[in-house]
Amino acid sequence: MKDLSGKTIVSRLLQMVIVLFGISFMTFLLTYLAPGDPARATLLAQGLMPSEAEVEALREQMGLNQPFIMQYINWLVACLHGDFGVSYTISSGKPVASLLLMRLWPTIKLALLALVIMLVFSVPLGILSAIHQNKPIDYIVRGLTFFGVSVPGFWVGLILILVFAVNLKLVPAISSGGDLRSLILPACTLAFAMTAKYTRQVRTAVLEELHQDYVIGARARGVSERKIIWGNVLPNSMLPLITLLGLSMGSLLGGTAIVEVIFTYPGMGNLAVNAITGLDYPVVQAYVLWVALIYMVINLIVDISYNFIDPRMRVKR
Amino acid sequence: MEKKQNFFAKNKTFTIFGILGILVVLAAIFAPVLTGGIDPTTGSLSEALKPPSSEHLFGTDKLGRDLFARVIYGARTSLIAAFSVVILAFVVGTIAGVLAGYFGKIVDAVIMRIADMMIAFPGMILAIAVAGIMGASIRNAVIAVALVTWPKYARLARSLVLKIRDRDYVSAAIVTGSRTPYMLLKYMLPSAITTLVITAAMDIGTMMLELAGLSFLGFGAVPPTPEWGLMLSEGRAYMTAAPWLMIFPGIAIFVVVVIFNMLGDSLRDILDPRQE
Repeated sequence: MKDLSGKTIVSRLLQMVIVLFGISFMTFLLTYLAPGDPARATLLAQGLMPSEAEVEALREQMGLNQPFIMQYINWLVACLHGDFGVSYTISSGKPVASLLLMRLWPTIKLALLALVIMLVFSVPLGILSAIHQNKPIDYIVRGLTFFGVSVPGFWVGLILILVFAVNLKLVPAISSGGDLRSLILPACTLAFAMTAKYTRQVRTAVLEELHQDYVIGARARGVSERKIIWGNVLPNSMLPLITLLGLSMGSLLGGTAIVEVIFTYPGMGNLAVNAITGLDYPVVQAYVLWVALIYMVINLIVDISYNFIDPRMRVKR
Repeated sequence: MEKKQNFFAKNKTFTIFGILGILVVLAAIFAPVLTGGIDPTTGSLSEALKPPSSEHLFGTDKLGRDLFARVIYGARTSLIAAFSVVILAFVVGTIAGVLAGYFGKIVDAVIMRIADMMIAFPGMILAIAVAGIMGASIRNAVIAVALVTWPKYARLARSLVLKIRDRDYVSAAIVTGSRTPYMLLKYMLPSAITTLVITAAMDIGTMMLELAGLSFLGFGAVPPTPEWGLMLSEGRAYMTAAPWLMIFPGIAIFVVVVIFNMLGDSLRDILDPRQE
């Protein structure tokens, strides 16, 4: 049995490598085709007015005159060694890896807090709504989630700033991410849309479990509703919920970019958005790769955790 | 005629939000009439940042442009962009998915591995990178969002085709000499189309939100285009002095997205009663 799950993990890892490979190719192609000359950008960012010869010399030095495939391979090999190149513009000459690393923790902190807020609200609301299907409380929860998925997240952020930072002056409008007080608004903004989505998913998952035959059987045998729900339905619906949680990490990571920009929060997303505007492609490439890696590792962990959470999975595979 | 009346009376939610949806589309089409011919892209600086009044229903922005006109014209930008994304992703995804499901083997492997690659990845991040690197424009934002959305349709179409691929009547049709294009159009596509249309209808609102988000970040619409996300981003700096710059475009997005989400939900309830 152990052997089997080990095999799945290996095949998953292999799949992950292929996907990462594809993503790396795509991002490289994208930046390769992108307008702007990195050599010129580098020189301009240093405040120079470069001559044609200087640009050409730097192009040669940066390897920009090599054929596309060679450039890609060189870049990929360097990436595998942890060298993601140097930034063209932002504090030019700084290694991209260390730039991103500096911003990694604030982004993780923000995402984790948002995740906690999301779980605290969505799990109880989703369960409540499912148990009381088609009763007033269900309608209220469904109405709220509908409202939640229809409001632009960044607008919620702006309104929160206007109310809590500008008018009430409870928290700073610009978040340094240093303390909890400045972290709370960005995290709430990020959690807002996700809570709505996840509540719906919790509700659906619990409902599905509630409609299983064994529930009817248990009811028929007179098992108390409380026991059915806490003893069987909820534990059984945890599995799909964990999968969905892993998948929603995607929108969480994507959401951090916008939220970080709104609050000028010193995270990776904000760095990447500025890098795109400044044609600082090494930063963009590294950011995309890192996020892809983080996302896939999380989902791999989710899959592996099945084996521990659900004994059925150990036999099935 | 009587049958039609029954349908609309029976599906009240659909009817109500269908009418509202048509109203939004009409408002976008007849924007010049609705705004009384005010140009949403020009204004006079002496009129800048005026609060809402009878003259300027929603007030004016930093360049003295009429916000009401900009919000109404913004519906055009939003609707065209969101529909383009959905149609693009729908067409590409459906074709890819049906082909993958029908032919299997190498075609399936290639198409689905590409789709897997796109799905195993936070869509918004890729959209930001693509739209940003290709340069800010509505067209590029549409391409970027469609690029990360089509795999969903491809997977769906493929799984639906696979469900009927090995049915006896399909094999019978092949054996009796039905040509491949006929098989695809008469058997495969119809079996998948309902679910795909439902998905597309439910996606319109989400796409509007994503496109507005891209524009907000500066990777979509460029000034002076009236676009809701861009308007919010421009209004941000005047948050305290002119809150209406943030209120009205936000409400506009919200209202239109609610209408299209409700429309999508009720369409699903009508076409596919099995789903909750």
